[in-house]
Amino acid sequence: MLEVERYELFEGPAYRFALERRDFFKLLGGGLVFLLMCDDPASAQESGRGRGRGGEPLPQTVGGWLHIGEDGAITVYTGKVEMGQNIRTSLAQAVAEELHVPIASISLVMGDTDLTPFDMGTFGSRTTPTMAPQLKKVGAAARETLIDLAVEKWKADRASISVRDGKVTNAATGESIGFGALTHGQQLLKTVDGAAVTPADKWTVAGTSVPKTTARDMVTGAHRFTSDMVRPNMRYGRVLRPTAFNAKLVSLDTKPISAIPDVAPNEVSVVHDHDFVGVVAPNELLAAKAIAALKSEWKADPQPSAKELFTYLKSHPQPREGGGRPSTGEGAMEQALQSAAHKLDASYTVAYIAHVPLEPRAAVAEWEKGKLTVWTGTQRPFGVRGELAEAFGIPEKSVRVIVPDTGSGYGGKHTGEVAIEAARLAKFVEKPVKVTWTREEELTWAYFRPAGVIEIRSGVTADGTLTAWEFHNYNSGGSGIESPYDVANRKIEFHPTQYPLRQGSYRGLAATANHFARESHMDDLAAAVGLDPLEFRLKNLKDARLRAVLQAAAAKFGWDKSKSDSTHGFGLACGIEKGGYVASCAQISIAQPGGKVKIERVVTAFECGAVVNPEHLKNQIEGSVVMGIGGALFEAIEFENRRVINPHLAKYRVPRFSDTPIVETILLDRKDLPSAGAGETPIVGLAPAVGNAIFHATGMRIRALPMAPNGLPNLHSQPATN
Amino acid sequence: MELVVNQKHYRLQVDPDRMLLWVLRDELELTGSKYGCGEGQCGACTVLIDGAPVRSCITRASTVAGKQITTIEGIAQNGRLHPVQEAFIQADAMQCGYCTPGMIVSGVGLLRKTPHPSEAEIRRAMEGNVCRCGTYPRIVAAVQLAEKLMNGGQHA
Repeated sequence: MLEVERYELFEGPAYRFALERRDFFKLLGGGLVFLLMCDDPASAQESGRGRGRGGEPLPQTVGGWLHIGEDGAITVYTGKVEMGQNIRTSLAQAVAEELHVPIASISLVMGDTDLTPFDMGTFGSRTTPTMAPQLKKVGAAARETLIDLAVEKWKADRASISVRDGKVTNAATGESIGFGALTHGQQLLKTVDGAAVTPADKWTVAGTSVPKTTARDMVTGAHRFTSDMVRPNMRYGRVLRPTAFNAKLVSLDTKPISAIPDVAPNEVSVVHDHDFVGVVAPNELLAAKAIAALKSEWKADPQPSAKELFTYLKSHPQPREGGGRPSTGEGAMEQALQSAAHKLDASYTVAYIAHVPLEPRAAVAEWEKGKLTVWTGTQRPFGVRGELAEAFGIPEKSVRVIVPDTGSGYGGKHTGEVAIEAARLAKFVEKPVKVTWTREEELTWAYFRPAGVIEIRSGVTADGTLTAWEFHNYNSGGSGIESPYDVANRKIEFHPTQYPLRQGSYRGLAATANHFARESHMDDLAAAVGLDPLEFRLKNLKDARLRAVLQAAAAKFGWDKSKSDSTHGFGLACGIEKGGYVASCAQISIAQPGGKVKIERVVTAFECGAVVNPEHLKNQIEGSVVMGIGGALFEAIEFENRRVINPHLAKYRVPRFSDTPIVETILLDRKDLPSAGAGETPIVGLAPAVGNAIFHATGMRIRALPMAPNGLPNLHSQPATN
Repeated sequence: MELVVNQKHYRLQVDPDRMLLWVLRDELELTGSKYGCGEGQCGACTVLIDGAPVRSCITRASTVAGKQITTIEGIAQNGRLHPVQEAFIQADAMQCGYCTPGMIVSGVGLLRKTPHPSEAEIRRAMEGNVCRCGTYPRIVAAVQLAEKLMNGGQHA
């Protein structure tokens, strides 16, 4: 079941794909075009969405297409984007598998609003479960059509025709022909909504560790990220930032710009449009000097600071109805709590953290005859197209957004602010303009993973059977909020609140916070009843897939032999999210004095159905573990007086080589199950596994993320009330 | 000023305050060196100056005039990848690839100074390079693999 976080419910434009047959061949040249039609609601949510009006059912819409040109070139068009999750390679693998061609002969056009079909965006670990199977169908249909063409050409028996290594061969005669020659003179447009695809246990290309197709460009520096792009006559733009969040411009003095040494007249342009102030200069240094020279006054209302954040979230419910997630529950909670042998009532907090994509937001914009083209690294090219159209009051067809393979996102690049800024400046100077955010801008004016407060009340019987589970999440979100454990009486609720900082998606969404709270709490319950944490979980867990990863991780880790002492701790955690099943075991050491926590070893067992590319899947899991360390131990956005006070990498610490433990992964390859995405879920078990390891070493239960920004606190945290 | 980049000589009229990174990127169109933080904290901008890794985002171009500057574009020779580059591909030591040029240049600089680094030495030497995608274990493995490839005699 597709679960969309509330801040991911971006409305796609009311849009019906309008390209007609002749348009395709005008765009692509002759040959064969295979249109992927999708009517399954989960994929329509993501791709090719054309909303029915006035309650009409969703129409079948185009999710992607594949073109085989007269030169034999095979090109796949998808609205998905590549930001390091490696789908440019894995999607090519999916097509190569079905078309029986080498992977290098397939190129992908991705995330270009003029060339690719509408797509909601690349998020939610949806590419592998939705786009990959769809493209497999297209590849399979293309293969069958090529066979049809060969049958017709050679008047041959269909059974003797096969497709191998980019050629169509007649086994009866030994004749063979390349795709290009076979499609020559054709203008064939086919729609595909189903074709037999190769089952996972017969995969030869998919399911293997094909190297990243763009690896050579990455290691030579040849790949052009958005921030590397240069257009003829391009200028450099910067935007004046307010002195505080939500501030209004009171006054602006641009005269000091003319006093900058060595600035020729008209070399720097200033654009002032309401609260938007930007400059355009011939190089980045001059743009920076010009921004610094501007004198401005701003006015802003007070807002809460980090130190009162959690009280604020608890006391400011969202007045708007419908933004939340309905409470789920069953049973008689109070009765169950009263009759429990052990009761636990605890509260957890999660700080705001930043994505810190190493490539900050960047955009290059140019206008030509009223048409706006913007290159920008976003996870939602079509969404950003809509934002640009709205910002400039022009139709969407007058806007083209192109997403070069991007320097990561992790959920942090859904929006189009930098695209709008570059476009506004380019419009004024009538030249292409590039805007690249500074790290300080990225750490202040982007959006953050929501902070939150989580409260849990629970009860267990004397033998360790979970009987009551009440879970409330304030602001951080509903992802991963449902418990996988069996419990007769439960109530689970997400409460949207007002919040002080701009917030949005982040790798794994709220599943990290919800797993941190739940799995920390489960460990406390295990301790309360005197059971081993693994035994206690298994006792209350029926889900076979989750049990399998938990047991696999524990076996590899050597859980039964792991005995914590005051300087070494061992902890585990598990969970289900976005179709993936994860269990994490962590070993930590605590330096004395100072209480610095070092994660020494992490074992992650992961199962996401049939594995498409084992090496890249491991890479994603390892990356999740390493990224998870920051949020678990030390990352937090600090803010007061309406400003972020640590907007630099020197102050906002991200994981480095020295923070990295031995990372071991176990893949449970279930060829009998559909593939789920894997870019997010492996992150959710890390923080609670580390917290549990700290608890087993010290007896100290830390209920706040990050847990040890300055080493472990000297004081024991508040004990849970029994 | 005169800059010697990847063994080519460039005569440039630039503001002496400009940081080397931006001169490389915007004047010479050598965009392989990346901006990540502008404060020497992430290593995405790393280049070699006379063989030693330096953060080009906090290095004024005027201070390295006449010195040997090597950027990621100058690491492969005649279309042949350097063993460190080969090793990064073989070890799948990248995700988004944005930190990769800086990582490779730091790795090349390390192996030049310390041809047989221990794992601890690799981690220490690379500590100033950030990979937000978290591929650190693979990067360590890649540098170790590069050391083996180099001892195979491919690059003296």
